[in-house]
Amino acid sequence: MQLRVRALETVLAEKGYIDPAAIDALIEAYETKVGPHIGARVVAKAWSDPVFKRALLENATEAVLPLGLLNRVGDHLIAVENTPKLHNMIVCTLCSCYPWEVLGLPPVWYKSAPYRSRAVNDPRGVLDDFDVRLPADTAIRVWDSTAETRFIVLPMRPSGTDGWSEDQLAALVTRDCMIGTGLPKQPGEAA
Amino acid sequence: MDGIHDMGGMHGFGKVEAEANEPVFHAPWEGHCLALNRAMGYTGIWTIDQTRAGIEELPPDVYLSSSYYKKWALRLENLVVARGLADADEIAAGHALRPGKTLKRKLAPADVPNTLTRGSFARPAQAPARFKPGDRVRTKNIHPATHTRLPRYARGRTGVVEALRGCHVFPDIAALGQGDDPQWLYTVLFDGRELWGDSAEPSLKVSIEAFEPYLEPA
Repeated sequence: MQLRVRALETVLAEKGYIDPAAIDALIEAYETKVGPHIGARVVAKAWSDPVFKRALLENATEAVLPLGLLNRVGDHLIAVENTPKLHNMIVCTLCSCYPWEVLGLPPVWYKSAPYRSRAVNDPRGVLDDFDVRLPADTAIRVWDSTAETRFIVLPMRPSGTDGWSEDQLAALVTRDCMIGTGLPKQPGEAA
Repeated sequence: MDGIHDMGGMHGFGKVEAEANEPVFHAPWEGHCLALNRAMGYTGIWTIDQTRAGIEELPPDVYLSSSYYKKWALRLENLVVARGLADADEIAAGHALRPGKTLKRKLAPADVPNTLTRGSFARPAQAPARFKPGDRVRTKNIHPATHTRLPRYARGRTGVVEALRGCHVFPDIAALGQGDDPQWLYTVLFDGRELWGDSAEPSLKVSIEAFEPYLEPA
């Protein structure tokens, strides 16, 4: 594929449709600028600041703007809250829709047939694949991203983190816990 | 279209296998492939829904046996040729053999930071919203041969409107190159049993984002 994609890039550049410098800048941005560290800041702030949390759940698009994490944020971001009785999980059964702005590019498993096929009818089995076991009385809610709305899970704040700073809390927030296939790290697990 | 891409509820694909410490790209060409797709999208020559349709139209055996970015590369080659932006002999040669067309715009390096965020898909409404949160709705049993965002597992099913998400570009029409045709978008919530019968986990609920033309009152 390396040669095939290079051939395509050369043709498109010689035709005048693309600037190879812009291609390199895009690759660098996706490798270094966007990623789940952005979503982790959002979650940590929601854990620390009840006013922000309310605003985030009300309208995530507007709530995250003042954080200055990106110069702009996509228009249709929706945050969904986990509670002891409800666990949210995000999928795109039709393709790979994912909140790039706050989580970066999706991992391979998110775009894979096993996840896309099973998340909607066997979410507890999928969680088992991730070694996540929820209490039997925790209901599971799956959000299929079938439009341009994008979802981020607000996981539950781990106990034993009273008085922690947002930086400390952000270190507990994994990518998977913002998709709903994981849980935040516990205080002892933080890197 | 009732294609292989519409995977919700299918059996037989096995366990979800997550890769520890997965890199953003697994090979340099994957990054180039993503960036080429983004840069060509920026020219305005096609819509995001037309690119999604381009993936769905890959033959099922190719779809299943190709990696994610390989599908993107095949789709881009197909679109470029279909739109007359380059010919197959040029792609095979790896060089332009004829002059290019004039496109609306070209992505410059300085504009890259602004393209990291998707644009808005909200559009002015053509009519008042037909449904409101709490309404019971049934999804239509439609099977268009072209692009749609109503997954098969959620067709002909009864659910409840949970939220109104605004009025958005309607993918089914935008994919045909027939403009935005803005439609109201709803989050519609289904009980697991409505979708999967008695085999459903008892407490499972699944929602889709449903455009108004997919719905009728229940």
